[in-house]
Amino acid sequence: MTVGATTFKQLHLQGVRREFDAFTALKGLDLTIERGEFIALLGPSGCGKTTALNCIAGLLPVSGGRIMLDDRRVDVLRPEERGFGMVFQNYALFPHMTVRKNIGFGLRMRGVPKPELEKRVDAALAAVRLESQAEKLPGQLSGGQQQRVAIARAIVVEPPLVLMDEPLSNLDAKLRLEMRQEIRRIHQSLGSTTIYVTHDQEEALSLADRIVVLRDGAIRQVGTPAELYALPAHLDVADFMGFRNRVNGELVGMEGEDALLNIEGTVIRGRMRAASASKAAVAAIRPDDLEPTGTDSGIPVRVEAVEYRGRGFHGVGVTASGTELHFASPYPLQRGAAVRLGADAGRVLVFGDAR
Amino acid sequence: MQKSIMSRLWVFAVWAVIGLFLINLMGLIASVVTSSFGTRWLGTWLPAGFTTRWYFAAWDEFQLGDVLWVTFQAVGAVVLLSGLLGVPAAYALARREFPAKRAVMLLLLLPLLVPPITYGIPLATVLYKAGLGGTLTGVILANLVPTVPFVVLVMIPFIEQIDPRTEAAARVFGANIFQMFVHVLVPMLMPGVLAALLLVLVRTIGMFELTFLVSGPGSQTLVVALYYAVFASGVRAVQSIDAMAVIYMVTTLVWLIVALRFVNPTQIVGRGKRPAA
Amino acid sequence: MSAVLEGRAEGPTLRQRLAARGIDGATLLVLPCVALILGLFIYPFLYGLMLSFEPKDGSLFGNYARFFGDPFLYGTIFKTLRLAFPVTLLNLLIAIPIAFRVRLMRRQRLLTTLLVLPITLGTVLVAEGMLFYFGPQGWFNRALMAAGLLSTPISVLNGYWGVFISLVLTGFPFTFLLTLSYVTGIDPSLENAAATLGAGPAARFREVFLPLLIPGLAITFCLSFVQAYSVLPSAVLVGDPAGATRVISIAAYQAAFEEYDYSMASAIAMIMGAVQLLVVVAVLGCRSLFYRGPAAGAKG
Repeated sequence: MTVGATTFKQLHLQGVRREFDAFTALKGLDLTIERGEFIALLGPSGCGKTTALNCIAGLLPVSGGRIMLDDRRVDVLRPEERGFGMVFQNYALFPHMTVRKNIGFGLRMRGVPKPELEKRVDAALAAVRLESQAEKLPGQLSGGQQQRVAIARAIVVEPPLVLMDEPLSNLDAKLRLEMRQEIRRIHQSLGSTTIYVTHDQEEALSLADRIVVLRDGAIRQVGTPAELYALPAHLDVADFMGFRNRVNGELVGMEGEDALLNIEGTVIRGRMRAASASKAAVAAIRPDDLEPTGTDSGIPVRVEAVEYRGRGFHGVGVTASGTELHFASPYPLQRGAAVRLGADAGRVLVFGDAR
Repeated sequence: MQKSIMSRLWVFAVWAVIGLFLINLMGLIASVVTSSFGTRWLGTWLPAGFTTRWYFAAWDEFQLGDVLWVTFQAVGAVVLLSGLLGVPAAYALARREFPAKRAVMLLLLLPLLVPPITYGIPLATVLYKAGLGGTLTGVILANLVPTVPFVVLVMIPFIEQIDPRTEAAARVFGANIFQMFVHVLVPMLMPGVLAALLLVLVRTIGMFELTFLVSGPGSQTLVVALYYAVFASGVRAVQSIDAMAVIYMVTTLVWLIVALRFVNPTQIVGRGKRPAA
Repeated sequence: MSAVLEGRAEGPTLRQRLAARGIDGATLLVLPCVALILGLFIYPFLYGLMLSFEPKDGSLFGNYARFFGDPFLYGTIFKTLRLAFPVTLLNLLIAIPIAFRVRLMRRQRLLTTLLVLPITLGTVLVAEGMLFYFGPQGWFNRALMAAGLLSTPISVLNGYWGVFISLVLTGFPFTFLLTLSYVTGIDPSLENAAATLGAGPAARFREVFLPLLIPGLAITFCLSFVQAYSVLPSAVLVGDPAGATRVISIAAYQAAFEEYDYSMASAIAMIMGAVQLLVVVAVLGCRSLFYRGPAAGAKG
């Protein structure tokens, strides 16, 4: 009845499109996912990441394109025929079934004989460490426990593909961290191919083998967490990866791979990431990489605010033209003080205006 | 695929039932309307000719002017009183936890669970004994029994969704309960109150049993007058009864359409889990 | 001012102690409403109950003995139930699949509005319309004869089926809207979850929707039953008020307003209430065997 419990080598999305009336939520997604990979779909709300996940799950029909498991076409199948596992943002546990029944649901639907079903449910309960809660109803569990039930319910059927839709967004900060490790551990022990939707870059960086950054229904960049973190290919992606400072400047020359950018009279050095048709360009710098130089070089700013951050200080400065810059400082600064800020060339990304 | 044929058949069957229901309903309404405008209608698809004279006849024969005036007074009073009694009570029940709360809720549910005929007969007996039987006051009082709990139950979820901190803020800034009600709560609740009261209006216009049991010759509302007219048909021309039915239909429909601009239809019967969006 | 301060120094005032239990000015707002229900619902009911034990013949249970001794009277209970039960059940069975279909529609409003019509038209108007529409020369019979489905007009009026149809027409919208509000109250992601776990449409209904709907359907059944049970106008106008559709409300009405025997009328009303209560309790009792929590995926 299902294609579930079969293995595959690659999942292909070929030009997957999805339209809602006049609005195009997905503009032709092309992506190949290897078996066993943990893929994060990362992007701001409305970028189409949940739509993409629902299309893969079969909860939304695709408007165009194909979804293939190796050479089997799955986008024409109904969700119950695909055999994928899915973890929902609000968990979607069946409120009238005990934890054990919830987890066993998928196996029951597949007609797994009772003794085997019980054995596998027990194993899944152990995997998410909920043996003691097996007979409770979901309403009696905490958020983190419910989330673990949802995960166990999705993985117990040993699906070829596990889909997770922002599974941690309803949890508080501490629990989120714990569950992140839990998801990582489960993925590593089972090796199930996982597509994980999130808007939290930290989650994506810590969990995924590869991250797919989506924006306006299209893929902006695909890469390993390290690649994306160090060298985002787009200003949007950089924005998402914590490059909070964006300063407009004028390209004044190149030295090898480094671009020289004139920012309000100060020339700084940075890695060229996207070509520019004109001389206008944007420098993107993480606040942690921007520090007072203590010398005559660097961008002059007036300190607006300083906050204590444990390891050091976080400052907000304003340049002569009024651009706000966030920076780190190992020592406290007075409000109103004039400092010059600088960063290593390798930590400054220069994006041309050609998108 | 076998399954998809089955599911298509199923969808077709469901739509067929909906269609059958609506066709018969519309046919029924259209029959009444056609008859009310027809001259002579015997054994043909349509009447021999069309006229509006039955409306004038009905107006005179059934003293519809008086009946409409009574209906207007009764319904207006019921709507107003239900709002004045029901909304504050709903507020107390939505916001406070007090010892007898469950008992009060049950008390309010009872009139909605017991059919009007059942409590209408003892109620009518009591009202007649108190000298209120057959009067407009009696009709109004009897109709309040189901409408006040209805307003309370519709308004409770509506009030619950308003952030209590808004009221707390008003109190902190020195408003007493009454001022808080008038200046803060009522404006915020207006859509819900309007919805609840419109539904009370529609229900009261259509409330037959209670009015029927309590009303006298001078305090009949339109629906009771219509019942008597149909009951005693043969005495009057069928068409003028139909004309009266159309007048009744128009009075309720106008309000229904107004109400539906504010209300989700499920609220008419349900507890209004999702108040008007 | 100073008195207030002193009072506080000594311990909580009466007002504070009451407020701690949830009783303050706002709580009192419930009183007028409670008074109204006590005065116009509870008191008449109790008065009716007392009155029912004071029959004309002076004995305590005279009315009840008369009711249960006379098949013409006690038969009304069965006649009422014979109408109310099948009508309510039929309405519910039709309402569920339609509610499931409408739930998926984007333009629910027009359809629901059309379905609401009979509620507002009320039983009297529907009965009046039925006299015409289903009459021997009405459009219903004409259409069926024109289509060749009938050779002679069928008569549904003045009997069981006339009342049955009128109750379906007026009762279905009510049942449907209640059912719809319960069906749409179920978190759609539960269905999605069941689908991704391999449950087809039938299994999703059986395993997920039905168990979650049962409590709501029980309430819907009760409320719809109450509507069908108290049938009066249609039983008189399109039924056979002396025979097959002599329902209990007719008996009560006749006792009160034709025989002017308020004591007997009250007794019948009490019996009517008791029978209805039995049904409601039985249905709600069955409901308690099922899950009764929130139907929207439990959140921590």
